[in-house]
Amino acid sequence: MQFRQTWQGSVYSTLLFPLVYLGAMGLGVGHLVSAHTGLVEGQTYLHYIAPGLLATTALQLGESESLHPVLAGLKWERNYHAAVTTPLEPRDVLWGRLSWLATRGLFTGLVYAIIIGAFGAVQSWWGLTLPLVAALITVSTAAPLMAYAATCEDDTSFAYIYRFAVVPMFLFSATFYPLSAYPASVRPIVQLMPLYHGVALARAAAFGHGSLGAIAGHLTVLLAMVLMGLWWGQRTMTRRLVD
Amino acid sequence: MRGQKGEPLTTKSILHATNLVKRFGDAEAVKGISFDITQGESFGFLGPNGAGKTSTMRMLSARSQPTSGTLTVLGMDPRTQGPAIRARLGVVPQEDTLELDLSVRLNLEMYGRYFDLPRAVVRERATELLEFAQLSERANDKVDQLSGGMRRRLTIARALISRPDILILDEPTTGLDPQARHLLWERLYRLKRDGVTLIITTHYMDEAEHLCDRLVVMDKGSFVAEGAPRDLIATHASREVVELRFGLDDHSPWRDQLLPLAERVEVLPDRILLYVHDGDDTLQKLHARGIVPESALVRRSSLEDVFLRLTGRTLID
Repeated sequence: MQFRQTWQGSVYSTLLFPLVYLGAMGLGVGHLVSAHTGLVEGQTYLHYIAPGLLATTALQLGESESLHPVLAGLKWERNYHAAVTTPLEPRDVLWGRLSWLATRGLFTGLVYAIIIGAFGAVQSWWGLTLPLVAALITVSTAAPLMAYAATCEDDTSFAYIYRFAVVPMFLFSATFYPLSAYPASVRPIVQLMPLYHGVALARAAAFGHGSLGAIAGHLTVLLAMVLMGLWWGQRTMTRRLVD
Repeated sequence: MRGQKGEPLTTKSILHATNLVKRFGDAEAVKGISFDITQGESFGFLGPNGAGKTSTMRMLSARSQPTSGTLTVLGMDPRTQGPAIRARLGVVPQEDTLELDLSVRLNLEMYGRYFDLPRAVVRERATELLEFAQLSERANDKVDQLSGGMRRRLTIARALISRPDILILDEPTTGLDPQARHLLWERLYRLKRDGVTLIITTHYMDEAEHLCDRLVVMDKGSFVAEGAPRDLIATHASREVVELRFGLDDHSPWRDQLLPLAERVEVLPDRILLYVHDGDDTLQKLHARGIVPESALVRRSSLEDVFLRLTGRTLID
């Protein structure tokens, strides 16, 4: 069962953000980087960061669509309560919203793949899987956050999630420089961040390299987050909608 | 509308509850209620806020598990057959729970799709229901732009998209202006005539008198009375009520003098109520005793008198 949404507004931000970012970081900072260190892991700086931006946007989509809108459905507009007066169960509400977000992640990933492809950052047929990678990142972010939102009575903690989880991950998940740039003692912390695995997957897909073992590891982390979110979310949604 | 309350079409039991209990932690919201609702009947739950009406409605609509007791809805057990029960119910919750960003028509169609109804069927029914709710002209407007009365009508229309056997309405007209209430009552009456079983909670007595064949008065989780509105009035109130005002801050000194004249006397801060069989006769007796109130009003007793008597307000018999 799918949830209909208003979607027009999101198209502009989906299209505009990557262009502005690639322009500012890739061309501006990229110019400095190439002057000083040359290529990063065999890529120009612009190409190197392009898949990371795809992954970050997919993460932000998952975050922004699973906190406020979910609490609205549960508490402010209460339309989720209407859904469970039909044959639908709380888990259907959860699955419905997640499949909708997967669709949006897929669409965002497709748009991004085309844009960064136009900049030359997609260099392999594996690039065709970029929309899937984006959808997986969106869903792996959304599932646990939706479960969490269903435990909230107000939205004060949502701003902290953005400030202390989303933004640091955006900055430190090897998005703008490789993991090897960190001191060895910090690297395990970076590797704990879900977005690190999303960025690594997106890069592997765009450039068509990366060991199978590493890719399997990244996939496992993201899938585990999806499963954990579903398990937790079915509990919190059920507790919130029926008793 | 008034006075046309016919017998139910059949006497088939459609909903049956025995010793139904709902507990939240230590608080007992519903304390062992039993009732039987027959097909085509219009059944009311009256009670003040916090009486347990909404908890009961949530159990009846298979959205909340009874803590104990047995409940059968349309011959099914809500514990195990929730989705199958909900497929045949229409629910109008206390709050509208509409999708504010979507159009009026989309609200109906989307809800219909939750019942797995084919798109063509949903479209056709939505058109009919927009007509029924007098919202055809607003079909493409966002719900955001509708008035409270329109939203309520839309919520009722939405509950009907699955052609339910039972329509459960939790305080359907709370917060509406008189025009909107009367329009809603008229629509509900039409549904009842078409054989839909109505289950209504309300704290408006006139609403209960208009719509319900039978009702229960609920207070603090239990039933304190049940029956047809007229029977309840006959059992728990006198035929007429005389309201006397003496222009005093405290009317209690008059109580003893008035006691012999009425079946029951109730002293309120601003007036005294005499529960009597014949109000005009009582006024004459007052006159004969030289009791001259500042104002006197004779009226028929209503369900509200029953309600207040059963659910609280200090009384002197």
